Amino acid sequence: MSGALSIRGVSKTYDPEGASVEALRECSFEVRAEEFVAIVGPSGCGKTTLLNAIAGFDTVSAGEISLDGRLLAARPGPDRVVVFQHGALFPWKTVLENVTYGPLKQRALSRPAAEAKALEFLRASGGLDTVAASYPAQLSSGMQRRVEIVRALMNDPRLLLLDEPFRAMDGFSKATMHQHLLDLHRRYRKTVVFITHDLDEAIYLADTVVVMTTRPGTVKQIIRVNLERPRVPQMLYSREYAELKKSAAESVHEEARRAFERGEKEQA
Amino acid sequence: MKHLNWRGAVSIAGFILLWTLLARLKAPGFAEIPDPAAVGRAFWDKYLPSAAYWRSWAVSFERVGYGFLASQLLGIPLGLLLGTRRLFHDVVYPVVELLRPIPPLAWVPLSILFWPTAELSIVFITFIGPFFIIVINVHDAVRGARKEHLWLARSLGASPSYIFRRIILPSVIPAVAVGMTLGIAVAWNVVIAAEMIASDAGLGRLTWEGYVSHTGTTVLIGMISIGLAGYLSTLLVTYAEKRMMPWQR
Ligand SMILES: Nc1ncnc2c1ncn2[C@@H]1O[C@H](COP(=O)(O)OP(=O)(O)OP(=O)(O)O)[C@@H](O)[C@H]1O
Ligand SMILES: [Mg+2]
Repeated sequence: MSGALSIRGVSKTYDPEGASVEALRECSFEVRAEEFVAIVGPSGCGKTTLLNAIAGFDTVSAGEISLDGRLLAARPGPDRVVVFQHGALFPWKTVLENVTYGPLKQRALSRPAAEAKALEFLRASGGLDTVAASYPAQLSSGMQRRVEIVRALMNDPRLLLLDEPFRAMDGFSKATMHQHLLDLHRRYRKTVVFITHDLDEAIYLADTVVVMTTRPGTVKQIIRVNLERPRVPQMLYSREYAELKKSAAESVHEEARRAFERGEKEQA
Repeated sequence: MKHLNWRGAVSIAGFILLWTLLARLKAPGFAEIPDPAAVGRAFWDKYLPSAAYWRSWAVSFERVGYGFLASQLLGIPLGLLLGTRRLFHDVVYPVVELLRPIPPLAWVPLSILFWPTAELSIVFITFIGPFFIIVINVHDAVRGARKEHLWLARSLGASPSYIFRRIILPSVIPAVAVGMTLGIAVAWNVVIAAEMIASDAGLGRLTWEGYVSHTGTTVLIGMISIGLAGYLSTLLVTYAEKRMMPWQR
């Protein structure tokens, strides 16, 4: 049992040459081990900033982030792997090379063992083992996403950090990817922090939905999703689902409107 | 070319026909320009068997080869240093920015004064053009290497030197390829002009001598040879690029 994440009073102000941008203000929430948390918020509210801080890519201006009771330094590690918003497979490595990269780099596995594990994971991700020798550019974007998730899982992380991984996908691929991700979560029992600006997606996938305000991002509302698992698409039409959505929709729309209005002002 | 491109063949045939007509009819401006048949005949009788003609090829290719190769061998490491070393960048980059806008041919007089032989000065001028192109391309590519790739490598335990060799180097290869394609074209541009100004050998010189001696066929054979030489080197570079980037098709 591991992967309990605690975010306490996290603030972040970017300061590129004096023009300071307050991205996060006093964000706090707790994530239990093996929980699936979705963070929803309007564009530019600081979701990626928060994720980068959890991953250790960037420092925070104030506050603490701890994992299983230990304070995280601003240094990334294989225990919390990110699947990036715009995808970050190494284009010059094959699928197999991308996926075995972590365990080999850390000498966690021998090459044959890493490759065997990779092929098994790829096979379980909708038959991706058949494209193990291909380069990322030869795959569809949905396949690339699945490969990236496999690459993250190969490190056996305590935290899986997903930054809007399905943003650019059409509805059908998205629905398939949702089932796939739910399946992985059930099988590997990782703590997942999933960022999105799609409330439906958040409720459908998560145990807890954290709604963020527009920039500076703070926690506006925390919603416990008590839909049972395994989740199936029919639930999208259930009464519980509709009620959950109603309880969140107001704050989400309010924040979206504020973000929009501020955008207009910044344009002017 | 797997199968014959008919439209391409028709287009070229049409072009040759038009040229023949204009030359035969002595259209305005065409008084001294021979028709394709005359050029072909001159090539077959005089140039194909001529060692001097093939030496022109060899000389120009050699100059382009040395100039281009040197530009890559020096330019790629310099671009990498400029992109990765902050201090080095701040000290050296302004000079690069200062020299870069000077067209290669503007270096001709200085180059002749500086280098002990004409040969060296021409190779140097041929070097200058592709050199700045590759430096800037590599520099920008290092700066533009995706931070997600660097972050990911770091979170999976890669050391700085590993990141340089295995993440930054592959990231800049596409930019090196672009720099090479642009650079080889510039190298030919420059070598031909430099040969016309300052050399007694090479394809540029051949063409220029044709002009000085009012020999239209020589001018045209020179031009066609230069075009062909440029095309062949581009093929070579494209081949090299494909080998460098097996992941791109
Ligand atoms: N490195 C940076 N330097 C300065 N400002 C930044 C930097 N990164 C992000 N910002 C700013 O911080 C704010 C939050 O950015 P962030 O990328 O975290 O938002 P987001 O919620 O992920 O948005 P999106 O939904 O568009 O991905 C934005 O206003 C952004 O412009
Ligand atoms: Mg983002």
